[in-house]
Amino acid sequence: MSEPLVFTFDVDGENFTSAGEASVEVKKRLRQLGLPPDIIRRVSIAMYEGEINMVIHANGGRATVTVFDDHIEIVLEDRGPGIADIALAMREGYSTAPDNIRNLGFGAGMGLPNMKRYTDTMKIDSTVGVGTTVTMTVNI
Amino acid sequence: MTAGELCGRLPARPLCLPDPDVEIEGVYAGDLLSWVMGRAQAGQLWLTIMTNVNVPAVALLTGVSAVLICEGCAVDEEALAAAKQKGINLLVTDLPVYEAACSVFRLLS
Repeated sequence: MSEPLVFTFDVDGENFTSAGEASVEVKKRLRQLGLPPDIIRRVSIAMYEGEINMVIHANGGRATVTVFDDHIEIVLEDRGPGIADIALAMREGYSTAPDNIRNLGFGAGMGLPNMKRYTDTMKIDSTVGVGTTVTMTVNI
Repeated sequence: MTAGELCGRLPARPLCLPDPDVEIEGVYAGDLLSWVMGRAQAGQLWLTIMTNVNVPAVALLTGVSAVLICEGCAVDEEALAAAKQKGINLLVTDLPVYEAACSVFRLLS
């Protein structure tokens, strides 16, 4: 078993337009590792949605991607307001994003459902007033 | 049909066409970026009226062959710069989304 590769990114909460840079970078690095395109697509889309969420709701945060032999783990940590009702947040179409975010084409209530759709496991740990950690894995 | 061929036949004008030889393998139309990200398939042509800087990022992550901005919507410099930097084919047509989709369908059939 080889040493897992770890990529860490700070997601800038101030700059909505640069959201996605970490996902794009991860996509590039995974390509360099020669991983299958479908795996790369799933990881980078799930991570992009998570990045957007951190920018919209939590003023940024930290993303850590670890490449193991048999799976890729994505951990997104923020110190935002937390999610009071995770089941409701997971419902397609439910969103608390403000209008300016909707005007940019986000806030459709598809972020968390997309993250779940594109990953093999997804766990949300959230405490209101403290922050949220989303852990996702994609099997290779 | 390639992205470059589509430009001449639609009609559409290229704003950024770093990969004119990529094949268009179908069409996806949509403006909600998360929706598009969950549904658009690699190789498809993405029809939209969204023009902000997140469009090139979604195009890159989904692996669509090109983005066709419809209704002649103006693309700002920041979005265009992002498309160039990410190597995204970005085309513009004055056709509305439905008519553009019909035209592309005829060209692909």
